[in-house]
Amino acid sequence: MTVALDIAHTLGAFRLEARIETGPGITALFGRSGSGKTTLVNIVAGLIRPDHGRLVVDGRPLVDTAARLFVPPHRRRIGYVFQEGRLFPHLSVRRNLLFGRAFTPASDRRETVADVVALLGLETLLERRPASLSGGEKQRVAIGRALLASPRVLLMDEPLAALDVARRDEILPYVERLRDERRIPIIYVSHQVPEVVRLATTVVVMDAGRIAAVGPVSEVMTRTDLYPLTRRYEAGAVLEARLAGHDPAYAMSILALDGCTLRVPQLEAAIGAPIRLRIRARDVLVATRPPDGLSAQNVLPARIQAIPEGDGPIVDIALDVAGRTLNARLTRRAVASLGLTPGQSVFAVVKSIVFDGHTVSRGPAARATDPSGAVDT
Amino acid sequence: MRLSVRVALWATLASLPVGIAVAFVLARTRFPGKTLVDGLVHLPLVLPPVVTGYLLLVLFGRQGPIGAFLADELGVVFAFRWTGAAFASAVMGFPLLVRAIRLSIEAIDRRLEAAAATLGARPAAVFLTVTLPLMLPGILAGTILAFARSLGEFGATITFVSNIPGETQTLPTAIYAFTQVPDGDAAAMRLTIVAIILSLAALLAAEWTARRIGRRVAG
Repeated sequence: MTVALDIAHTLGAFRLEARIETGPGITALFGRSGSGKTTLVNIVAGLIRPDHGRLVVDGRPLVDTAARLFVPPHRRRIGYVFQEGRLFPHLSVRRNLLFGRAFTPASDRRETVADVVALLGLETLLERRPASLSGGEKQRVAIGRALLASPRVLLMDEPLAALDVARRDEILPYVERLRDERRIPIIYVSHQVPEVVRLATTVVVMDAGRIAAVGPVSEVMTRTDLYPLTRRYEAGAVLEARLAGHDPAYAMSILALDGCTLRVPQLEAAIGAPIRLRIRARDVLVATRPPDGLSAQNVLPARIQAIPEGDGPIVDIALDVAGRTLNARLTRRAVASLGLTPGQSVFAVVKSIVFDGHTVSRGPAARATDPSGAVDT
Repeated sequence: MRLSVRVALWATLASLPVGIAVAFVLARTRFPGKTLVDGLVHLPLVLPPVVTGYLLLVLFGRQGPIGAFLADELGVVFAFRWTGAAFASAVMGFPLLVRAIRLSIEAIDRRLEAAAATLGARPAAVFLTVTLPLMLPGILAGTILAFARSLGEFGATITFVSNIPGETQTLPTAIYAFTQVPDGDAAAMRLTIVAIILSLAALLAAEWTARRIGRRVAG
């Protein structure tokens, strides 16, 4: 279940050059608008014919410009959830869902209508027309429609971009279930940090038609050199933790990372569940002594890894906390007045309040314990 | 009168598939000489109907180059037959048919067709399951316009196939004939009332189907 792509394509003054191999789970294509994310997924779907290069999905070549090979979209079996849904306005929800299934040979059908309807909570929508659905409902139907064509890979191009925050929060759990309960690899285009951190297994950062970085979410999003691309305001470390316990007296939960613990507002999850945290650099304080008389609940012993040079007001310093990197955004004045130097032992201070729905999410389920047993095609 | 309806029905039905094909080509493809084809299709709309009828007579009459070929090789004769009246009506209504359908094709969101392709639909299936249903309002509007035009067609018909009672005499030509004879006023008025009822019924039926289809397509 892999997508291997190595292409070059020119669109007017814009040049896209990319080489990617994606694995299981969700691969997020992350970057500003105009960085080439949508062009890339359109090439994978077959909606754009690249000037040069190869595309191989599951070992089957779909594009090879050297061999003049181009498999048209309808023979690729690659699902696509578009930003604007693109439901067929003349068909009911049920017939929209069944559309792709009609073109899938019976032996290739891996999803049943009942399963998909249950997965996406579409029970009450089946007889409705697309025009009468809310934005969130439309996107759920669009996801179901793509799934029922039993695709080898699912492409999702900013499926939440047209929705307001409340609707996004309504869809995200469904995408997480898709990631954890189906073995289908997903390529997910987004320019929203919270979305990427919450969903992705791997992140591909794109910038001006090129790939700026590839790697696991926690590694890529924590890199300070990528902050201009990963959005300064939201930038910070991504950590994988486990739910260690609850503190019902204060409605808090305790998360365990190797070598340290964090207290966060209570989470609805089972003990032992994987939890992914994003700690924005702007939410981290640095103290040279253990603070006394401070309300913050999380004080972590740390060592300064690096302090970048610069002459602006702000410095993003990297801290080593029990072997993992945490970033802190300080003013240059604060760095000077505390006399911070690389190698120095300090304390990283994080308020529990910064952990909310936008920074804490359920981590990807471990593949080894995946009980779905879907047939690998 | 029954002849009139038959002529108009056949004219509309026979030109529909051609009209859809021509509209599709004009809306979706680019080729050298497209402007010329577009102009040719619209010509009957701007030409005096008598000119169109005369051209048809010259081309499709028994002695005309195309008419002689059709008569000798296929045994098809248009001139001075009711089929000729239908043919003349079809030619006259064709621009209206093509225009309406073409507009509806151009209004279709082509991204829906791309979406259908990613779901596994081959191009022919995309056309049948997505494009054609979304064209329906335009097809219907074009059909009504063409049908109405056929019912009322006078100039081209009378020039091409004359005004033979029982063979090529349609409602307008019959009314015209009655107005030319003394004491024909009562008969002309009767036919006029028939024409009004016929047109009104067609309009109401069209309105009703349009609303149904419109509801379906708009969801």
